[in-house]
Amino acid sequence: MILAVIEHDRGSIAAAAFEGVTAAARLAAQHDDTVEALTIGESADALVEDLAKYGVDAVHQAHHDLLGDYGPEAWGEVVAQAVDRLHPTAVVATGTDRGNEILAQAAARLDVPMIANCIEFTLGDTFDVTRVRWGGSLLEHARVDASPVLFTVAHHAIDARPAQSAGAAEPRPFNPELDPSLARTVVADRVERVAGITLSTAPVVVGGGRGVGSAEGFASLQELAELLGGVVGCSRAVTNNGWRNHTDQVGQTGTRIAPDVYFACGISGAIQHWVGAMASKNIVAINTDPNANMV
Amino acid sequence: MKILVCVKRVPAPGARINITADEQAVDTAFLGFTTSPHEECALEAAVQLVEAGGGEVTVLTLGPAEAEEQLRYAASVGATNAVLLATDGSDWDPQRTARAITKAVVDLEAADGPFDLILFGNESADSGGFQVGIRVAHALGRPMVNGAKGINVADGMAEVWREADAGREVYRLQLPAVVGVKEGINLPRYPTMKGRLASKKVQVATTRPTADPGGQQMVRLRAPAEQASKTVVLGSGVDAAPAVVDLLESLGVLK
Ligand SMILES: Cc1cc2nc3c(=O)[nH]c(=O)nc-3n(C[C@H](O)[C@H](O)[C@H](O)COP(=O)(O)OP(=O)(O)OC[C@H]3O[C@@H](n4cnc5c(N)ncnc54)[C@H](O)[C@@H]3O)c2cc1C
Ligand SMILES: Nc1ncnc2c1ncn2[C@@H]1O[C@H](COP(=O)(O)O)[C@@H](O)[C@H]1O
Repeated sequence: MILAVIEHDRGSIAAAAFEGVTAAARLAAQHDDTVEALTIGESADALVEDLAKYGVDAVHQAHHDLLGDYGPEAWGEVVAQAVDRLHPTAVVATGTDRGNEILAQAAARLDVPMIANCIEFTLGDTFDVTRVRWGGSLLEHARVDASPVLFTVAHHAIDARPAQSAGAAEPRPFNPELDPSLARTVVADRVERVAGITLSTAPVVVGGGRGVGSAEGFASLQELAELLGGVVGCSRAVTNNGWRNHTDQVGQTGTRIAPDVYFACGISGAIQHWVGAMASKNIVAINTDPNANMV
Repeated sequence: MKILVCVKRVPAPGARINITADEQAVDTAFLGFTTSPHEECALEAAVQLVEAGGGEVTVLTLGPAEAEEQLRYAASVGATNAVLLATDGSDWDPQRTARAITKAVVDLEAADGPFDLILFGNESADSGGFQVGIRVAHALGRPMVNGAKGINVADGMAEVWREADAGREVYRLQLPAVVGVKEGINLPRYPTMKGRLASKKVQVATTRPTADPGGQQMVRLRAPAEQASKTVVLGSGVDAAPAVVDLLESLGVLK
């Protein structure tokens, strides 16, 4: 059995979670195995039907007073106990911030490896994966000797795909035993986001790099972005200079963008920037150097 | 307050990452080295907390002897103690790295008292395992939250917040605690001349760590397939403007 750990926020499933379920189904297909899912907290009980569409046979529904909101340690402990009781051959989640955090917490408890951000995976005598390094600029083939295998599938690496012939999924109660001390890392407070277009979803991004020359130089980029219904982005050279906030940074340690058009003004196109921008459908590079990598 | 920051020495590639002929490592023949941006920010956060509330910052790395460069850099921007867990420079898997760091923390704390806070980067720049800090925290029995974009310490508690899809999540951790930091939490300072001079005098406590390997073994590295793309030169200076307008119209972004 392959166990998919479902990321959700107080009951709303993360769209990314279906990528992990799809990965689980792919791995199961290699061995004619079954896929089951684990949802954590009562708020996620309603997800059974959605998960069934992806070929999940059973949904283990973890219930406990400590699972009202997200908590990395409590969630990791639930996954670890699910491994002990359900004996999956592999456990998979999507490689989002939370997905990686939950599986790392579980792996720490089980003292087994956790392979982050895989794009290919084959389970044989050993578990053979290709995983991304450097935020996607480099690939690593790795061999994993562990039972069970815990891994995440890199976000956006595979498309979430419902199963061709899906039946119903059976909800099954799962009652973990959680030490009250695990409450120590449950979300204590929240500040909800105000709706609006964000860098990661904007259809147009007007990006500026060191070549923009100053914080003031961004005024015209801002104007263009507003005219086109887009947002401003920037390189790390710009954030390091204090010209823009880090929330505007595109790249390995910033935001990944996928706009219809990315204007790259005075950006050389270092690989760590490029990995964040390469999903752009069109790039208009403005640069004094015709040999710049961005061009 | 005593804070430990764990940083990793990584190459700083430019336009592309080249791999050695045996496919076992990044070809660093023409590269400089740095620490991950997340870890630079973790260090800056530690230095700011100590500046505000007193105490000292210790920086630790597991890596080759040359990683002393990253420790000295950390000292030049405010760390007072430096610890090198010296390896032969080979790639240590995350479990092995975490075991060695855990053991070092236990030894350091036995000698000099506990760290109130241990800071990691959200993920290492080169291998991106997203786990070493979480493993160390679990082994030490301390609370851990990754991805922090803000840390305040008061009355024995660390208030940590991070960005999530739905907005900001706030966590309140009792010290001693462990936090993984993301770039953007602050703007790291550059070393001053005084800082640079002081960093030369810092003693680097070096030990040779031993730890059992974990179950993840690198077989080889390879470059991702190049995306096929087409480059069209639209022109130079203002002469390019009509062509850009045409392009934007054809893409439907001009409304
Ligand atoms: C681990 C790691 C992670 C990193 N993560 C990121 C990241 O997330 N995002 C990121 O952006 N970087 C990241 N970096 C930094 C990255 O390596 C580069 O240093 C950075 O992207 C360079 O920014 P830049 O292109 O603005 O500056 P430069 O490389 O200095 O390029 C400036 C460009 O502007 C052009 N120019 C100059 N004047 C003009 C003009 N008048 N008109 C037009 N063009 C002009 C120049 O020809 C040049 O191409 C990371 C680095 C490391 C080591
Ligand atoms: N060799 C190392 N030496 C010191 N700290 C490390 C090392 N490897 C990883 N870390 C720390 O652990 C964090 C997470 O690493 P990783 O699990 O590899 O993504 C990094 O951001 C560092 O703070």
